[in-house]
Amino acid sequence: MKISAFHLMPYRELPEDFEKRYESVWVTPPWWELADARRVGQYYNWTLDELTYAAKCGFDGVCTNEHHQNAYGFMPSPNLMGSVLARATNGTDVAIVQMGATLPTSNPPLRVAEEYAMLDCISGGRLVAGLPLGSPMDVNLCYGITPMEHRERYREAFALTLKAWQAREVFAWNGRYCQLATVNLWPRPIQQPHPPIWVPGSGSVSTFDFAVEHDVCYCFLSYSGARSAKTMMDAYWRVVAEKGRDLNPYRAGFLQLVVVAESDARAEEKFARHVEYFYHKCLHVPAMWFSPPGNQDYRSLVASMANPVRRAENPKNLRYRDFVDKGYVIAGSPATVRDRLKEEVIKGLHVGNLMVLLQIGSMPHELALENIELFGREVLPGLRPVWDDEGWVNHWWPERLRQRAQPSMAAAAGGA
Amino acid sequence: MSAAVGTSSASEVQERTITVWQDRVRIRVLSKGRGPSLVFFHGPWGLTWDPFLDELAQHFTVHAPEHPGTTPDAHDDVYHLDGLWDLVLCYDELMTALGIKSAVMVGHSFGGMVACELAAAYPDRTRRQALIAPLGFWRDPDRIVNWMMLEPGELRRHIFRDPECDAARQMFPRSDGHEAGAAAARVRMVWAMGTTGKFIWPIPDKGLKKRIHRVASPTLLVWGGEDRLISPVYAEEFAGRLRDARVQIVGDAGHAPHLEQPATVARVVREFLSQ
Repeated sequence: MKISAFHLMPYRELPEDFEKRYESVWVTPPWWELADARRVGQYYNWTLDELTYAAKCGFDGVCTNEHHQNAYGFMPSPNLMGSVLARATNGTDVAIVQMGATLPTSNPPLRVAEEYAMLDCISGGRLVAGLPLGSPMDVNLCYGITPMEHRERYREAFALTLKAWQAREVFAWNGRYCQLATVNLWPRPIQQPHPPIWVPGSGSVSTFDFAVEHDVCYCFLSYSGARSAKTMMDAYWRVVAEKGRDLNPYRAGFLQLVVVAESDARAEEKFARHVEYFYHKCLHVPAMWFSPPGNQDYRSLVASMANPVRRAENPKNLRYRDFVDKGYVIAGSPATVRDRLKEEVIKGLHVGNLMVLLQIGSMPHELALENIELFGREVLPGLRPVWDDEGWVNHWWPERLRQRAQPSMAAAAGGA
Repeated sequence: MSAAVGTSSASEVQERTITVWQDRVRIRVLSKGRGPSLVFFHGPWGLTWDPFLDELAQHFTVHAPEHPGTTPDAHDDVYHLDGLWDLVLCYDELMTALGIKSAVMVGHSFGGMVACELAAAYPDRTRRQALIAPLGFWRDPDRIVNWMMLEPGELRRHIFRDPECDAARQMFPRSDGHEAGAAAARVRMVWAMGTTGKFIWPIPDKGLKKRIHRVASPTLLVWGGEDRLISPVYAEEFAGRLRDARVQIVGDAGHAPHLEQPATVARVVREFLSQ
């Protein structure tokens, strides 16, 4: 089992009535009314401190991701964060999991191949290369990519990235969306033939197919827990089987929100309002924005209209206990959290690469550190061996870190 | 190029599918009427034969092509086109296949932009043109609403001055008792927006301002006085850049004046095109 700490880098002090006053947390939240650059500087540093602390607390990897014009997560360049983390964790066995730089919005997309190669070199071969398609909000609405071209651009950029890392000769790329006459990447990654690739998705069937065909790790980045993901992940594993791949749990990654405290009751006291802040304010986005016309191909469009997935309940109507009961958040004492993660997420979804979100919404820095420390000390060690007896190899993890059995550094005392 | 022909006896609208672009793009063309050729380019919500076209068909032979991707069973053909230039060339090929050397052209919204681009690229093809609330320009103070991102109810209120008018009901059928029919209508509309959106995302200004001086034909601009999607101020934007243009504002109409006031719009369009 590999367990990584994920971070969104949210604005932690949105106003009480945010979701009533503003159209959306994404694309259109007004910076000048809501945010302060000095405060944001503090957030970036807290984010880096929290992830660095997770590395010290025994996590296997640290994850950053890319969003734009988004008050719940604004690392427009995850690689800037990743480079700080790579440097800060040098000498450890912690993977730098970039979840990651978005190919369709990078121009030329070769830039992602270059920056990932840099990160792999800086980190000494500890990079996990997440290659996301990107959300419609980021790619179509903020970065202006035509919805109908989104997937085509991604597929072309993905192929270019792999070739650029591996080609022994200088080559020309005469693509539909990108033309480069002289591709000769400097630097190349340390990891050969290339760093492990994770493709994050949100349940689109065409992304399952793509992930399995390319033999990469498919990561479901969910904010609504394992129960609502079960159908989706079962469908993924069916595709894996149909295409003749083995059912290696490390083919799958999953993101889970977690809060842990001395007891279940104490977890509620400490974290309830931060969890509600996340679901009430941070996910405040008009439903239409998730599916601009043309983003889905015709067949998928027909399928989704004919069998509309039952509209997920509106999280604004739910409270902390609902989120916990439904598994959106796994919360409670170390034993409760460990057991639920193991049964619902790891075994239930057959997942080998778990990502946990431990700084949630408005959660202040000190509380985030407590959550990270307790998870690392009391939960993580009990989960790490889950798949060991089945003998699977995590081909989607940096090779020199695969055998890591225990934290490389003693859990840090005294904070980040 | 190849063509398959069929007729729909109920409405006497002839239907044929013409293949262009190295046999990769199939375009269905609805035709009706007699008299000089008139080509109608539909807007972002798909082609439906309507009373406005019926009215024009009494004086012209109306040919209404479906934009690539919106023809049934040819949804993926649009992927063979990379941009507006490809689309304009497709329509040039289509005109040739229809045997049209020159004609009068009418276009609505996205189709108005296509008609105007065609007139700029091939000035001799267009004898006169009537553009109904065309896209093509962008003014920062008068942002065009991105109709593709509106909820269906909002979209309806942005297209029609009266969202309860017959044309609005027809474009947005109720689902009561006919879930499958309503879902099919929604699929058709979303796909039509996606395929036409391919050529104008994210801002519907694709350089017409550099090319519009090439338009040689007299142009009528028809605008609904209460267009909530593209402000009528854009009529002046077109008129100011064309050599020979006239503006007609239609009262009691939104972004689809030819659907809300079909008789009035058909009359002014016919009178203008017949001159």
